[in-house]
Amino acid sequence: MIEKPTLLSNSFRFITIAMLITWLVLPLIPLAIWSFAKGWFFPHILPKYWSLKAWEYALSDTAGVLDSLWLTIFISAVATFLSILIGVPAGRALGMYKFKGKEIVELLILAPTIVPGIAVVLGIHSVFISIGLTNTVTGVILVHLIPTLPYMVLVMSGIFANFDAEFEDQARSLGASPIKTFWYITLPAILPGIIVGGLFAFLVSWSQYILTLLIGGGRVLTLPLLLFNFATSGRNDITGAIGMIYILPGIIILLLTAKHLSGRSAVGGFGQI
Amino acid sequence: MTHVSIKKLTKIYPGSTEPSLDNLSIEIESGSLTALLGPSGCGKTTTMKMIAGLLSQTSGDVTFDNISILNEKPENRGVVMVFQNHLLFPYMNVLDNIGFGLKMRNVDKEEIHQRVIEMLELVKLPKLEKRMPKELSGGQQQRVALARALIVQPKVLLLDEPLSNLDAHLRFEMRDLIRNLQQSMGITTIFVTHDQEEAVVLADKVALILDGKLKQYDEPDVFYKRPIDEATARFFGGQNFINGASKNGLFESSVGKFKIPEICMKGKGILTFRPENIQISNSKSTLNSVKAKIIEKIFLGTQTRLKLSIDSEIIQVIANPNEVENTETGVEIFINFPPSSLWVMPK
Repeated sequence: MIEKPTLLSNSFRFITIAMLITWLVLPLIPLAIWSFAKGWFFPHILPKYWSLKAWEYALSDTAGVLDSLWLTIFISAVATFLSILIGVPAGRALGMYKFKGKEIVELLILAPTIVPGIAVVLGIHSVFISIGLTNTVTGVILVHLIPTLPYMVLVMSGIFANFDAEFEDQARSLGASPIKTFWYITLPAILPGIIVGGLFAFLVSWSQYILTLLIGGGRVLTLPLLLFNFATSGRNDITGAIGMIYILPGIIILLLTAKHLSGRSAVGGFGQI
Repeated sequence: MTHVSIKKLTKIYPGSTEPSLDNLSIEIESGSLTALLGPSGCGKTTTMKMIAGLLSQTSGDVTFDNISILNEKPENRGVVMVFQNHLLFPYMNVLDNIGFGLKMRNVDKEEIHQRVIEMLELVKLPKLEKRMPKELSGGQQQRVALARALIVQPKVLLLDEPLSNLDAHLRFEMRDLIRNLQQSMGITTIFVTHDQEEAVVLADKVALILDGKLKQYDEPDVFYKRPIDEATARFFGGQNFINGASKNGLFESSVGKFKIPEICMKGKGILTFRPENIQISNSKSTLNSVKAKIIEKIFLGTQTRLKLSIDSEIIQVIANPNEVENTETGVEIFINFPPSSLWVMPK
């Protein structure tokens, strides 16, 4: 049943939306203005002169922004794909079965979200040196799995906790092979979880800085690294333009998957935490 | 038509020492409808899942027409199981649900569509092929689940509690539907239930399983007339048990001697009889007649339930309300036991 909106719930909704805008959208406005500004100094509210120069530079070959964009998309996409590949069976095991030491496994999976990445990555760094994975894209992708996997596994274990495996038995009994059973029965049921978990994994990988810097050794130049370089060199206009490019994929993915973020899939995921 | 034979089938779950199913052996006639009856947790669903291949057995064998099926994968056994909660695939409409088995067998789309329409007619749900499962009532969902199983023409059909979720009038409709389809298609069918009434109204033969062991495997009426022991009799609503000994066609007990059928066992035993098979009269008759006192009388509409005492024994009798209209609690009457309604079980 849908409740009638009351004055209280209406004002509550208004306040929530206002706060979301304040924290999420307002900080981006100066960034957007900077990217079109030609000098913007105190005490002016808006820049005196406008220019497309920062954008021209950001999109030119010499800046390397586009190369970096493609590389970052590649790394995040592969890290997401691997997270799904590992997270789906792991989530199934945690969500559906009882086994010895399950609590310890759950804790270990949550650990990367609690323990600072830099503490872990220093140990991994020395291991990666010895097997030649430092300064490589492969190494960066692998190290990105540390923070992406927990989200994927948590969301999937929530999905599988609500999944009735007897549907699979029923399909097998009706003549479906294990592969067809997964394709026709299991996959449609867990797809919302894969989308939500994959979205988290992609965005977590997308925003990695420290892990990429340490394992990539500055050779694997993803967008956040590039952005940081320009930010520290004081070019606010170019930083603004790259910043805009940097947040774009997040917004696009969010819009594409918005309908899966509501309702039972997202709740199922967080219900486990 | 498939003859099913279950041979010494045993299941011990990991971590458990007691078998959930202990040496079950039954022969199931081809084309028959057989009930596995027992309280929940007695091993009947375990048995069904082992036949379907959804659970592995600890030991024993299951054969279809003398060929073992236990090494076949579930999808190749020719067995379809219909689960108690229907399990219609929620993302598919009725057409895709019923056609699922055919699709898995690579039947082409046109033919699937046609056969689903025919099947819907058979289960009396015409024109519902576009509906989604959640738009159907419980009874309709069950019929769709049945149609989905029957359309692949399985060698053996397994039904889990097929009538238990239905209210009384739907039960009989569904009972007739299952019987008719099963008979006309000649599919050997096994169903499990915890409800003796469900077993009796539907099955040709009933296998009673208690605590993982087969108690008795017989036609339904035998469980009422000649139960194998007290636990079996009690499961089928038996309430009257009198201790004594049987010899020379007579049963001797503290409340008297009764003539019993010749085929009854000899020696120490328990005399039993159905509450509905006792005759009540005002005068003593020549055979198997004793005096009893009414200690409780409950009018149930179409019948009257009497609790009677014969010396120290208490027995339950179900009588026609007209017969006992003028009696009341405390009155003494005569009850006659027709010899054919008596049965002796081992103690």
